[in-house]
Amino acid sequence: SNLWYLFSHSVDKAWKELSNVLSGIFCASLNFIDSTNTVTPTASFKPLGLANGTDHHLLRYAVLPREVVCTENLTPWKKLLPCGSKAGLAVLLKAERLFHSSYHSQAVHVRPICRDASCLAVSWELRQTLTVVFDSFSSGQGKKDWSLFKMFSRTLTDACPLASQSRVYVDISPKNKENELLEVTPAPTSVHEAIVQGDKRTYAVYDLLSPSLFNTSRSLNVQLKWTRPQDSSELPIPVLHAQRYVSGYGLQTGEIRTLIHNTHPYRAFPVIVLETVPWYLRLYVHTLTIITKGKENKPSYIHYQPAQDRRQPHLLEMLIQLPANSITKITIQFERALLKWTEYPPDPNHGFYVSSSVLSALVPSVIAMKDVDVEQSPLFTSLFPSSDGSSYFVRLYTEPLLVNLPTPDFSMPYNVICLTCTVVAVCYGSFYNLLTRTFHVEEPSRGGLAKRLANVIRKFRGVPPL
Amino acid sequence: FSLVQFKKQKLLIELDKYAPDVAELIRTPMEMHYIPLKVALFYLLNPYTVMSCVAKSTCAINNTVIAFFILATIKGSAFLSAVFLALATYQSLYPLTLFAPALLYLLQRQFIPIKLKSKSFWLYTVQYAALYLCSLLVIICLSFFLLNSWDFIPSVYGFILSVPDLTPNIGLFWYFFAEMFEHFSLFFVCVFQINVFFYTIPLAIKLKEHPVFFMFVQIAIISIFKSYPTVGDVALYMAFLPVWNHLYRFLRNIFILSCVLIVCSFLFPVLWHLWIYAGSANSNFYYAITLTFNIGQILLVSDYFYAFLRREYYLTHGLHLTRQDGTEAMLVLK
Repeated sequence: SNLWYLFSHSVDKAWKELSNVLSGIFCASLNFIDSTNTVTPTASFKPLGLANGTDHHLLRYAVLPREVVCTENLTPWKKLLPCGSKAGLAVLLKAERLFHSSYHSQAVHVRPICRDASCLAVSWELRQTLTVVFDSFSSGQGKKDWSLFKMFSRTLTDACPLASQSRVYVDISPKNKENELLEVTPAPTSVHEAIVQGDKRTYAVYDLLSPSLFNTSRSLNVQLKWTRPQDSSELPIPVLHAQRYVSGYGLQTGEIRTLIHNTHPYRAFPVIVLETVPWYLRLYVHTLTIITKGKENKPSYIHYQPAQDRRQPHLLEMLIQLPANSITKITIQFERALLKWTEYPPDPNHGFYVSSSVLSALVPSVIAMKDVDVEQSPLFTSLFPSSDGSSYFVRLYTEPLLVNLPTPDFSMPYNVICLTCTVVAVCYGSFYNLLTRTFHVEEPSRGGLAKRLANVIRKFRGVPPL
Repeated sequence: FSLVQFKKQKLLIELDKYAPDVAELIRTPMEMHYIPLKVALFYLLNPYTVMSCVAKSTCAINNTVIAFFILATIKGSAFLSAVFLALATYQSLYPLTLFAPALLYLLQRQFIPIKLKSKSFWLYTVQYAALYLCSLLVIICLSFFLLNSWDFIPSVYGFILSVPDLTPNIGLFWYFFAEMFEHFSLFFVCVFQINVFFYTIPLAIKLKEHPVFFMFVQIAIISIFKSYPTVGDVALYMAFLPVWNHLYRFLRNIFILSCVLIVCSFLFPVLWHLWIYAGSANSNFYYAITLTFNIGQILLVSDYFYAFLRREYYLTHGLHLTRQDGTEAMLVLK
């Protein structure tokens, strides 16, 4: 889970309060956000909506890579909706189907916007997004057809009475020029064409507020059928995508490698890479190398904030120019620290999570886009924003990494204390003896049994007795 | 009245102090001719020194400053000795304890007796302490002007004293603090740090006539019990062992101790590799070798101390001790 916010004043106290309040609202463990996983990025995050001029010192960004989304987070998220999960689109959101999926993500965005066209007053806009990837093809059903009932095991019955707009968009873009590959039932209220992320796409729109939708049947079950099986499913490769992994062996050193792919055929564009690495992986920034097409690629802006043990993570922000049709490899070496035994999580050999790096870029689109009017389709523009006609903003998160640290033996605290204190006591004892005692001539004594035995053996050997 | 005559008379006066049959225990300049060469060889050819150079560690600089300090003290220059001691203390805090042996040596050289009521003793002590503290202050203020803030004091000295980083090394601290209960960590940090400093006063009382040996024992204690020891520090006190090779006949456990030290030095990298890279051992294996190595060092130093004290006893009481009934006697520490 990650959280970022731009404050107006008194940041650190407000950040703690904010994370604790949000943790309570969403039943998420956001209260674990503290200075060890919070950074102050300088370039990667710009405030959305109206903003007065940004001092990046007032911005905070924190990631908790170990926290996963679960049903306890979905329920308060749904409660923020005006109708809850009782009416409207949110009736589909039942936990047992939603979490039976390949990917699940929830987000809440808050930004200030103008209340009306004259912008005399500012309102707060709350936008909630839920992203779920259902993979019915590989999860046993064998066909690429889907329907709302199959995915969510329920159908839409009506719109939320408090909603001013309630729409379902289905992407029916044709892969090539043939139009008749797929078929949506029932018939959509309208068809909308737009250029989204550099691609021309067609959407079938179901407007739940239009009275004609529920005329024929009480419930709406959107179904999509493929009329002809596709011979080759070519998924479109996004223009910008990235991977990140850890290489190296052993528990002492390692290397973090990020591969950034720019698949645009002829345009180069810059990307801002933000990496947050926890303090217990000590980064060696002098080993940072960025290689594109076999040659070194020097970033035009680097901001590095070194870590402080147990206080602050590493922050590395770079602005890198990605040439067209290339793969850029960023590598940095690190060393693993040994922590105190109480600082390990309950399953220490599972490893420690390193949060994903954030790549922000204005990707040039292959097809020129026209500005979509905000008033006409506010939902659509907030889903797919574009600042000007030629590029769109993309924020990409790489995979989180799992890194093993060397562990002490957790069963041994008492033994270690005893043994180390024994060694110290050996030194103390020897020195005490030598410092406080003096040499004396030994008093004669008859000796015990061992001495007498030894003397007998000595007599046999012909050696003088003890 | 030549220098040779003076030296012979001095030797005869000293011989009078000792028992009649200890001629073989007394060292002559002829025997000691090759000691500087041996000390240099012991340091330069020591595998520990080579390893610390290969690792490009700044331990060599620490050792250089301490070596210059010892040289300045032996030559009798109080000012240089104070300056080098301040430099050594500035780098890592522990050479502070070398103030006592240096002071004792310089007092001996100036023929000032060490009596608490004597005015000249206090005068000289205060002078030397003032020299030392002033040079230390100058160096710290220079650092402040270079850095424009006092942040370096908690970062350098606070780091040495509070041991936050637990990277495994050849010392005893790292695993102890990795397995420490949080409640006691301040207490044990204080105990461990006091342990380095508190041997100074008792050793000063016992060895006030032998400040050079005192310096050796003090350097050894620093190398064993400092918070982040390295093999370069071990090499430093081992370099002094040829100075006392006449104590060889009184050492009790030298064979087993040298075996322990050599075997542990070979086992350190093996068990490190097994823990970190092969994954077939855990941290306890490496920790055990740490314990054994440190016990070996401690017993080595105390063995030399025992041999030194025993030789002193023989010098004053004669080499062939007899009991009342005329049989050969044994010496015992009581």
